[in-house]
Amino acid sequence: MVKIKLINLTKRFGNVIAVDHLNLTVEHGELLVLLGPSGCGKTTTLRLIAGLENPDEGDIYFDNMLVNDMSPKDRNVAMVFQDYALYPHMTAYDNIAFPLRNRGYSESDIKKKVLEVAEMLGIKELLDRKPRQLSGGQKQRVALARAIVREPNVFLLDEPLSNLDAKLKTQMRAELRKLQKSLGVTTVYVTHDQAEAMSIGDRIAVMKDGKLLQVGTPEEVYENPKNMFVAGFIGSPSMNFIKCIVKLRNGFYVLDCGDFKVNLSYERSREVDILEGEEVILGVRPEDIMILPERSSNAISASIELIEPLRPDMLIHLRIGNIKIVARSLSNLLWKPNDHVSVSFNLRKLHIFKKNGEKIM
Amino acid sequence: MHPKILRYLERFFIYFILLIGTWIMVFPFLWMVSTSFKSQYEAFSFPPSLIPQKPTLENYIRALTIVPFGRWFLNSFIVASATTLLVVVISSLAGYIFARKDFRWKEPLFYMFLITLMIPGMVTIIPNFILIRTLGLMDTYLGLIFPYTSWNLAMSIYILRNFFSAIPQSIEDSARIDGCSELGIFLKIMLPLAKPGIATIAIFSFLYGWDEFTWALTATSSLHMRTLAVGLALFHGKYLTLWTLLSAGMVIATIPPVIVFILFQKYFIPNLMAGAIKG
Repeated sequence: MVKIKLINLTKRFGNVIAVDHLNLTVEHGELLVLLGPSGCGKTTTLRLIAGLENPDEGDIYFDNMLVNDMSPKDRNVAMVFQDYALYPHMTAYDNIAFPLRNRGYSESDIKKKVLEVAEMLGIKELLDRKPRQLSGGQKQRVALARAIVREPNVFLLDEPLSNLDAKLKTQMRAELRKLQKSLGVTTVYVTHDQAEAMSIGDRIAVMKDGKLLQVGTPEEVYENPKNMFVAGFIGSPSMNFIKCIVKLRNGFYVLDCGDFKVNLSYERSREVDILEGEEVILGVRPEDIMILPERSSNAISASIELIEPLRPDMLIHLRIGNIKIVARSLSNLLWKPNDHVSVSFNLRKLHIFKKNGEKIM
Repeated sequence: MHPKILRYLERFFIYFILLIGTWIMVFPFLWMVSTSFKSQYEAFSFPPSLIPQKPTLENYIRALTIVPFGRWFLNSFIVASATTLLVVVISSLAGYIFARKDFRWKEPLFYMFLITLMIPGMVTIIPNFILIRTLGLMDTYLGLIFPYTSWNLAMSIYILRNFFSAIPQSIEDSARIDGCSELGIFLKIMLPLAKPGIATIAIFSFLYGWDEFTWALTATSSLHMRTLAVGLALFHGKYLTLWTLLSAGMVIATIPPVIVFILFQKYFIPNLMAGAIKG
């Protein structure tokens, strides 16, 4: 178990900067999720940690040891690939034994260790099978067993669940989490699925265009996103963004969104660093929108365009003048499309961003 | 027309065409086998018959005894086997490097190999003759093995490069992380996964070494250094052709390629790669 430290890590492919001056620390035994859309540099970062790519700039430390010039073998990392990358000509047993054989273990030690992890992962009866005779979930377990068997310093998981069906995914997610905690191995987990990241990670590092946008616990990145990208990327359905103009009225700030206005409280008006007349973006999470019967006082009138009954929640697509937003509501409320309703926002949970996406409040 | 009848008609035509094709392919072979069991008299009788009236082994006995058949057979076998071995070793190494490694001038170098496929063998026969004579390899095994190997390399490298390219990068990365050396990756992972390609080029180069006629005729002169293909041609004279002996010799000559094919064909298992990655 080691602490991984990435300092100013940069990797270019031709003119493309895949990883751009990345600074990140993964603590002892922590499970850190690298989250971002495709092409954001998360897999490249993982490959740099593994030693499959060499950085153009910057350093990688395992504890206090610089590993930049170490081969993957000497770093003692284990990696699980998105496509599992099992050796098709070997049985599950030989696949799991492969890293041990390369390290010169005796056959009796190998047998003991392979059987031990096979038992742990419940694949003991599959050991004689070739990969083509295994289902997706079974292949996944064999790939995990191969990673675990040699007790690595670091686990690197590259979208390990993305080829599984939804039910198996949820099940494996919990199992992976338990396994990682029981082994206590420092783990870097790459995914583009924010729900997976939220459920599995001790901390989440959100990346875009090779840059690290924010690192924090799942709660931090959800509740307190540093910019519009993180705010929009985390959470499903994603945060509603509404363009507004800042106005001043009686010493309070008012956000004029065209079809409705939002009054900021006195405290928030004092906290917030905006100017009168500035164009800002208001961010509201779907669950922070309340839908009330029409003509509630101090509320914004809206009409319901579409209802997605997800059970137990439902997603309600609302239209306020020309603005479209999505709200999350409990399904026992009997709204129907075309209903005229009032909406109000949870003022304590509003997010305000600058036009360039930076967070103001 | 009723769709069922239409389907039967379609079937009928497919099988009809396939049967004609099969017959065209198989008939000369059957005729050769049949002739090898006929007497010289019966071979020329009219109307000809496919089934010998009085089957005889006389042709086989004579073909094996009146010429140094065993020696020719051995020559062919040595030349074809050595060619196969060299082609497999060189082209698997080269194909792997062309498929998986980056280096300067990789593409131009690869195309230079490919260009040699466009030059007909006959064109290079004189330069090759001069080269082999200068090297003092005329009338030796190496004088056949080296040229055969070089003529088979381009195609074999091309075939294997495609096989190696098709192996997912993640398998190679995985082996590297699992602590495999570069040579280990090649020997333990890549070669076993390219078995179908290797079987293909092994069959091709063996057949080439076994069947080749023109160069073997040019590069060997003494009777005991002839290969089977050249030696058998001696039965085919200017004024007289011993068809029955020739047929018997050819039937025997067909056996090793058939054995090689049977040995290697089990590697033509479709979807060997199936199961390597997501499923």
